[in-house]
Amino acid sequence: MSDLLTPEEMKANLDYHTPHSGWMNTPVNIRKGMYCYASNPKSVETLGLPNARKWNPMEEDWELPENWQQILHEGFKERLERFRSIKVFMDICVRCGACSDKCHFFIGTGDPKNMPVLRAELLRSVYRNDFTRFGKIFGKLAGARPMTANVLKEWWYYLFQCTECRRCSLFCPYGIDTAEITIFGRELLNLLGLNIDWIATPVANCYRTGNHLGIQPHAYKDMLDFFVDDIEDITGLRLEPNFNKKGADILFITPSGDVFADPGTYTCMGYMMLFHYLKEKYGLDVTWSTYASEGGNFGFFTAHEVMKRLNAKMYAEAKRLGVKWILGGECGHMWRVIHQYMDTMNGPADFLEEPVSPITGTKFENAKSTKMVHITEFTADLIKHNKLELDPSRNDHLKVTFHDSCNPSRGMGMFEEPRYVIKNVCNHFYDMPRNTIKEQTFCCGSGSGLNAGEDMELRMMGGLPRANAVRHVHEKHGVNILANVCAVDRAALPALMEYWVPEVDVTGTTELVANALLMPGEKKRTTDLRSEPLPGMEEEADE
Amino acid sequence: MGLAEILEQHKGAIVNKWFQTVIETYPQDTARFLKNRKDQFANPVGSTTLRGLQGLFDSLFTDLNREQIIGYLDPIIRIRAVQDFTPSQALAFIFELKTILRKRINQALDDKNARRACDQLESRIDIIGLIAFDIYMQCRETIFSLRTNDEHRKTLQTFKRAKLIVEDSDVQPNLKSVT
Ligand code: SF4
Ligand code: SF4
Repeated sequence: MSDLLTPEEMKANLDYHTPHSGWMNTPVNIRKGMYCYASNPKSVETLGLPNARKWNPMEEDWELPENWQQILHEGFKERLERFRSIKVFMDICVRCGACSDKCHFFIGTGDPKNMPVLRAELLRSVYRNDFTRFGKIFGKLAGARPMTANVLKEWWYYLFQCTECRRCSLFCPYGIDTAEITIFGRELLNLLGLNIDWIATPVANCYRTGNHLGIQPHAYKDMLDFFVDDIEDITGLRLEPNFNKKGADILFITPSGDVFADPGTYTCMGYMMLFHYLKEKYGLDVTWSTYASEGGNFGFFTAHEVMKRLNAKMYAEAKRLGVKWILGGECGHMWRVIHQYMDTMNGPADFLEEPVSPITGTKFENAKSTKMVHITEFTADLIKHNKLELDPSRNDHLKVTFHDSCNPSRGMGMFEEPRYVIKNVCNHFYDMPRNTIKEQTFCCGSGSGLNAGEDMELRMMGGLPRANAVRHVHEKHGVNILANVCAVDRAALPALMEYWVPEVDVTGTTELVANALLMPGEKKRTTDLRSEPLPGMEEEADE
Repeated sequence: MGLAEILEQHKGAIVNKWFQTVIETYPQDTARFLKNRKDQFANPVGSTTLRGLQGLFDSLFTDLNREQIIGYLDPIIRIRAVQDFTPSQALAFIFELKTILRKRINQALDDKNARRACDQLESRIDIIGLIAFDIYMQCRETIFSLRTNDEHRKTLQTFKRAKLIVEDSDVQPNLKSVT
């Protein structure tokens, strides 16, 4: 026989079995494909955040400031006093394990440190060591450990493997919200300049030019003008969107992703067509802003102060333009910021009116204080009152399912509105299984600033539970399109589908609405917004 | 008893053992979860793996059809190709079926015919292994192309070329709080 190893011997040599040591003794192994590049120091500087420098997660030395342990300790202490929730979350977990298998990252990676309870233990162990008598005395026995460079690396690696989706909190009998712990932990990491670039640079751009991409006002307008041409080709109608119009009824703000990246751009065209329709039919005056040109808020993934700064600009612009209230586009985390944080950060926005639909008279009670209404609620209300003329058969080539984005669903309780809208503009709708939608929805795996390219393996594993449910409705009902109300979804899900269920495409919800919308004076439409032939129009579309 | 009967009789036990070997490539806590959580949506890795292994085992006794094998094999490999495994770690489980089979059918191997049938089975397992290499590579290639072509990066490039994006500015914003 040759001296080659048998498969079993090879297996023994390779040691597939992760050591059965306790989690504290299992050292962190930073793996390519699982993390995002370190933040560009220039971006960190622009934001005035501390310890901007070049560093590389794969290198031994992270070039930390000399007194980094002290900085962390003091930062921890200060925040324990400021955020009562964090103090409570640190103390009350009984390690019952109810949350442990509910995280999409644990389900996909199989890495126990992605169990929400262990993710929180990463911080809790240091909390016990630094802030509890029990931990100080009994150390490891009490689940406590001091902060070392290795612990810090572990924090960084796993806090950026959490999309802050809150699925785990749904199952915790004590309501512990691991997303809040991640938010808190990332804020501490930012004290040491340890952000990722996919977050830091968009935030710096947004701070400087008003949107994550750094698109300047004239370029933003150029893009919308470009859509005006496209819409004219499809409908024969020449739209005239308002920009920065003082005294308009409503200011519309959407994530800049809708303006620059497919398939979000089709959703953007959808908004424009809807506003045109409402103007012609009911005289509604909506304006876009080239300054508040970002609904998203990656500041939310950095630190509370930064989130506040970026959020403020939307309200500053609403004040400047003197509109009645703000209508928000299809975004995920923008709504979590508005719904959960805006009021205490920058609110109440008393200079705006309590939102009432001028067309139906509906009062949006849930937006009473923030003065900002979600476009899907707004559209659902229009449909409910028969204010839109629709031909759902234009979407007959689509078999649709709906992905509840974590933030609008778990973060603000919006479950039925998007489904109601979709069912009114499409004839074929199929929900995914119950334990994968609505409040139990599985994250896209790319939220909270993790939708970069370099962490593709992480994104594919995190998105596996979602994709698995999509595959199910694809096989059972022939579903071929995945609708959503979130710009990160529109950016991230196409890659996820390409890997797991390549037969399924991705769309925003307003795109479907605009396909079905019968606009006054339009020509006979032969294509949808993507310039694909409408069902039964294959020949006409060619002409 | 002939080989076919033995295998038929022990099918459940063999597939279970095979499944056990696969999930033992994960940490202990994870293996427990993969084995015990039966809901296919709550536990896609465990349920996909088990379903695939059952299909592969059955396909050993039918006329080997490449498409069918891919149908069972692809979902398992697709998962392992992104998880924390080297290529050999990701694929070794296929060849481990040989060891499991040999242990089960040892007594029948005295019989010449049975031995021939066993050899045949083993070469079928090899074929499955070879197909697994193809799938694995294809998965990795998809990941690499997704990484580099990530759609919004492409669009961003277009913007930069069109000089629509300014990367630096001397003008610092001065945002005052609204309230
Ligand atoms: S918030 Fe979401 S990503 Fe984070 S630990 Fe909980 S389930 Fe996992
Ligand atoms: S469910 Fe709640 S109490 Fe139980 S381990 Fe998880 S965080 Fe702790």
